[in-house]
Amino acid sequence: MAVPGNYYFAIIGHHDNPMFEMEFAPANKEPKKEDHRHLNQFIAHAALDLVDESMWTTSNMYLRLVDKFNEWFVSAFVTAGRVRFICLHDVKNDDGIKNFFMEMYETYIKHSMNPFYEPNSPIKSPAFDKKAHFYGRKYLTG
Amino acid sequence: MSSNKQRPSILDKSLSRGKSEVSITAYALLFSEMVQYSHNRVQSVSDLHNKLSELGERVGVRMVELLFVRERNYKRETKLLNVLLFVKGTLWKSLFNKEADKLDRATDDERTFYLIEKEALVNRFISVPRDKSSINCAAFMAGVIQAVLNCTGFPAKVTALWHKGTTFMIKFDDAVLIRDKQLEGR
Repeated sequence: MAVPGNYYFAIIGHHDNPMFEMEFAPANKEPKKEDHRHLNQFIAHAALDLVDESMWTTSNMYLRLVDKFNEWFVSAFVTAGRVRFICLHDVKNDDGIKNFFMEMYETYIKHSMNPFYEPNSPIKSPAFDKKAHFYGRKYLTG
Repeated sequence: MSSNKQRPSILDKSLSRGKSEVSITAYALLFSEMVQYSHNRVQSVSDLHNKLSELGERVGVRMVELLFVRERNYKRETKLLNVLLFVKGTLWKSLFNKEADKLDRATDDERTFYLIEKEALVNRFISVPRDKSSINCAAFMAGVIQAVLNCTGFPAKVTALWHKGTTFMIKFDDAVLIRDKQLEGR
């Protein structure tokens, strides 16, 4: 089981717009710092330039660690359609994050098969939220 | 409204390929309805091409993600030639069960490529009136290709022409060529 850490996951579309965001915290900790949400979003978007640079140097989808900000690590995953998944975390958990990204990628593909879903638009499906919670608990917070 | 949900949610279905064949009559009926629907709502030939192209784009964006997961095992494409070979081979094979006939580069313009298909499936059941002979319903396929190229990071404009059967003229943006040369030089 991984060391319990805090995670912030975001799916960023083609126009640098966040399509989906979710935070994961260890099960026993209360979310006492409510105002960190905007800082997380800021750090994730600041890392986008680095993601864009490194996505052309490799044909892997999982880009591992791309940036670091104070105590937050930023890992990234780029899909075939150039949708970027960003994960902020304060503990190293490469395998867990990679598995989480793969599962969220498959969930995202299944969600985008819906002909009523407009690509690059916010994802507002409760079923998608449930899946994200489930995989987050399985791979990230243990 | 039924109270017991027996159908699995779309998120629970498996991503792996199920039946990959569709009856051609069902496809022909659907496509002819799409063409008629677009035809009734446009004023000019280029508008018809645009409308069909838009419908094709909605297919293309979904095919990109699916094909890279199923066929390419989670590996993206970063080089221009490879993404064109992906379109010619993998995309065509999954849509039409055969590869596209030919892929050429224009001799005078290095941004332009020609993808040639002698008998496009999309045009098989479409009859073109003689007075509007420039209508080419392969604009739908042009939309699919354009969406695939835009999504993978190689923005381009794709048009369908009547030439050696059906030719798709693919014109890339300058930035794509510049970036590709930079990557090759690295």
